Amino acid sequence: MNLRPEPLVYELSSAGRTGCALPSCDVPEYEIPAALARGKLALPELDELTVVRHFTRLSQKNYSIDTEFYPLGSCTMKYNPKANETAANLPGWRNLHPLAGAEHSQGAIELVYRLQKSLAEIGGFSAVSLQPAAGAHGELSGVFMIRARQLAKGQGRRVKMLIPDSAHGTNPASCSMAGMTTQTIPSNAEGGIDMDALKAALDDTVAGIMITNPNTLGLFERNIEEIARLVHKAGGLVYGDGANMNALTGVFKPGQAGIDVMHFNLHKTFSTPHGGGGPGAGMVAAGPELAPYLPGPVAVKKESRFAMEMPEHSIGRMKAFYGNFGVLVRAYAYILTLGRDGLRSLAENAVLNANYLKVKLEGAYKVKYPRACMHEFVAMGDIAPGVHTLDIAKRLIDLGFHPPTIYFPLIVPEALMIEPTETESKATLDAFIEAMLEIAREAAEKPELLHDAPSITPVGRLDEVAAARSPVLCYRG
Amino acid sequence: MPYIANTHADREAMLAAIGKKKVEELFEDIPESRRFPSLDMPKGLSELEVLREVEALSEKNMRADRTAWFLGAGAYNHFIPSLVPALASRGEFLTAYTPYQPEVSQGTLQAIFEYQSMAATLFGMAVVNASHYDGATALAEAVLMAWRADETRSRILVPEDLHPEYLEVLTTYFESFPVKVERYKGDPAAAASDASTACVVASYPTFSGEIYPLSAAAEKAHAAGALFIVHTDPLLCAILKSPGEQGADIVTAEGQCLGNSMNFGGPYLGMMGATTKLMRKIPGRIVGEAKDHEGRKGYVLTLTAREQHIRREKAISNICSNQGLVMLQSCIYMAAMGAQGMKTVATLCRNKAHFAASLINKVPGFKVATREFFKEFTVLTPVPAEEIYAKLSGRGVVPGFPMSRYDASRTHELLVCVTEMNTRNQIELLASSLEEASK
Amino acid sequence: MSIDSKARYAESHEYARLDGAEVVVGISDHAQAELGDIVFVELPAVGKTIAKGQTFGVVESVKAASDLYMPVGGTVVAVNAALEGDPALVNRDCYGEGWMLRVKPSDAAQLDVLMDAAAYGATVGEA
Repeated sequence: MNLRPEPLVYELSSAGRTGCALPSCDVPEYEIPAALARGKLALPELDELTVVRHFTRLSQKNYSIDTEFYPLGSCTMKYNPKANETAANLPGWRNLHPLAGAEHSQGAIELVYRLQKSLAEIGGFSAVSLQPAAGAHGELSGVFMIRARQLAKGQGRRVKMLIPDSAHGTNPASCSMAGMTTQTIPSNAEGGIDMDALKAALDDTVAGIMITNPNTLGLFERNIEEIARLVHKAGGLVYGDGANMNALTGVFKPGQAGIDVMHFNLHKTFSTPHGGGGPGAGMVAAGPELAPYLPGPVAVKKESRFAMEMPEHSIGRMKAFYGNFGVLVRAYAYILTLGRDGLRSLAENAVLNANYLKVKLEGAYKVKYPRACMHEFVAMGDIAPGVHTLDIAKRLIDLGFHPPTIYFPLIVPEALMIEPTETESKATLDAFIEAMLEIAREAAEKPELLHDAPSITPVGRLDEVAAARSPVLCYRG
Repeated sequence: MPYIANTHADREAMLAAIGKKKVEELFEDIPESRRFPSLDMPKGLSELEVLREVEALSEKNMRADRTAWFLGAGAYNHFIPSLVPALASRGEFLTAYTPYQPEVSQGTLQAIFEYQSMAATLFGMAVVNASHYDGATALAEAVLMAWRADETRSRILVPEDLHPEYLEVLTTYFESFPVKVERYKGDPAAAASDASTACVVASYPTFSGEIYPLSAAAEKAHAAGALFIVHTDPLLCAILKSPGEQGADIVTAEGQCLGNSMNFGGPYLGMMGATTKLMRKIPGRIVGEAKDHEGRKGYVLTLTAREQHIRREKAISNICSNQGLVMLQSCIYMAAMGAQGMKTVATLCRNKAHFAASLINKVPGFKVATREFFKEFTVLTPVPAEEIYAKLSGRGVVPGFPMSRYDASRTHELLVCVTEMNTRNQIELLASSLEEASK
Repeated sequence: MSIDSKARYAESHEYARLDGAEVVVGISDHAQAELGDIVFVELPAVGKTIAKGQTFGVVESVKAASDLYMPVGGTVVAVNAALEGDPALVNRDCYGEGWMLRVKPSDAAQLDVLMDAAAYGATVGEA
């Protein structure tokens, strides 16, 4: 890891430098009217080599999947295949304008069409839209779709969505963005939705329920079909948050179990890279009732030609153009590589790896729900007096691992959500187990090692309170 | 199996540790009738076969680099220096997660801080966030932000001459809320704001390419207590007055033109900036400076209490994943171009566009309708623009965007875009091709 | 955990203390401890009239953001400008220097239905 402080681009600037030469102007100059002209442009000026060194050195301050094991629960930090990068960076894609016209984009539209079909098949749905740019964007689409459908059925008073207390924050946030209210449904002692609470909440103001399955505790919702049946009977629709689909490919099709609309995160289950915070892609899939409401346009096939069309009762566009196409190419290449057997093997190995870690760690780190987990599990980090999950996370950094997800889900105190994914070897898992057990010993015998961690990184724990009180969000010279 | 490191022996050892005989036993929570459905898909392919298949599809499209390309309309053909993809594709950037653990994410965090700083300079704003999905969603969320500041104000004024897809996205986002989106013609200073107006949106330039100065419009909006939102082109801001110095409260933009490929429409880059006053209301992630206990300076995600993982249903936005890598490419682009390079690119675009306009104005039957423009302008054509497009695109010249594709009544309007990628020869070819196509 | 005996308390942990003709409003010691280090307090404009139970602002820490609810309804006559530069005042001295609003109450009787110090203490587990 690069430990030396790296100056800002502004601090590396030297007047008169530029990092890229352009051809000289081969046409006349046209003066800008004084009233419109900008004055000074105070951007930095760097030569090319300085730019290259700067960003290379910055990259060396990151942990990444390419360099470390990254067991972030619910994020599915699997290997991002380099073949997908080659596929996505082909010049035929890079140089394709979204408005060239369908007749000049047949290859691209065909790829979108084929990916739509594959994802529909994997999820057990009748139709898919690849317009959303991220999981939360797909969620927002799904909530819009449910609302539109309820309105179309004359059920406009249904403005409430039921959400389990274990849900990811984007679920209620998406409801608010769609003008809906939310009601929280508690989890039961086994980590599933409390069925009595659900039944009590189902009235004629309920538009639907948002369920994550497997849920954020890493457990399969055993009552999923009964939940769907109850919600449908009460006039509601079922939204599936597919963030945890990594446990289910080739194993379970949510669309066949009563889910009406669902999003997948292509940057989780389908291996597209996280990029330090995106871009992702949030496919949204629907069964027959909600398919006409999908955001558009979507790819369709007419005889042997492909086109982009808006579904019949579409909620509309969720962004300009067609979705994060560059990300879609990566997901498509991935699905081609795995095929039907590879997709099932993915889920089997993901679940196997998670259960192995759980069995090896649950002695030292209490796991709230002891039964077999899916692709991830939640342990608790309060393993010694004065030691918290945060300390364990920071000490793991010193031992060369990215920490698991911490303090989520909110319903488990001192939560440590661990998801290894299927692309990790037993050897890596064993090294991680060894590190976690070492930390457990340190917590009991030398807790200062945890409290002072991390110590091998360019900076230690940062004062986030001061940063939020007096924010400095820009270089100020 | 592809990308699975474990051998059969590894799996057996792990199953033994778990106390199971077969991996299928781990799925017993799933209703038996639903377990292990068949997938109607082919078997997996080798890398060679996958790449061949994807390459074949990629060859079935029109490529801007093989034509004289003059089509913009929200996605732009600009030069991307080699160092941009070379640096951004480094595994440490590409395969890192969102920087929630700052000690191991200083690379990503510092890059975001640098991006925020350079974008803030360009826009003339105090604060810039780490990205939205694209220009359209950035604008929609900016309008949401303005409306939420005072929900009793229910009028939203947007230009008639806004990118039609952006208006569609805005409409989708506001479908559930009691607001009226009203469209005004022409100069944003003419927008009739009043005490019930939440915000006035200006497009700088407009979709047709027209540039209106903004200060008067900003003053008028502020006098009515409304926020002034400007959607702009980031390259334009390198040589023309920034929205910030003309009174904008919120600025949005599409950042694809800063070092990102056209990629059939995505992933792109939603840019958003705001004033200090609105700092805590801005959606999305923001990076700030911080110090550790030894006084070492670092960077951290800050103002996070506004975000969905904390505020949940009261969050300003549901945004989680944004467009991190695309933002990084724009950051590297701006750093590599620098003050001089950004001005040079912008000036080349403007000069070439004006040169093209001067030639087109001389072609019989054609007239440039835009008075003041940057890199795009609208041309009135003697025959339907769609006909011209069809004739020329088959011959290696893509003359522009037929406006009738968004508005069926605008049959004789062509939106022409000229960038630093277009040579003088290509521009002269465009003019002569237009003449031929109109006969 | 301290409780100001001269104040009355809402279930949502805001306090209201009569001071002459005005009511001083803030959040209790229990609330500030739960929030952790406070980084920002959003307060309403002076002159605004807000009903009892309506939100008057937001208090933010690094890990949480909570709405603030009026314990009594009335017109805001003053807000504590010192909180802008030093939001930690709420952590250090929530009943004194960390006050948030001074309100001209629309109905002083609303104070009486709030919990007194003893009753509030019982709800947060303190005698």
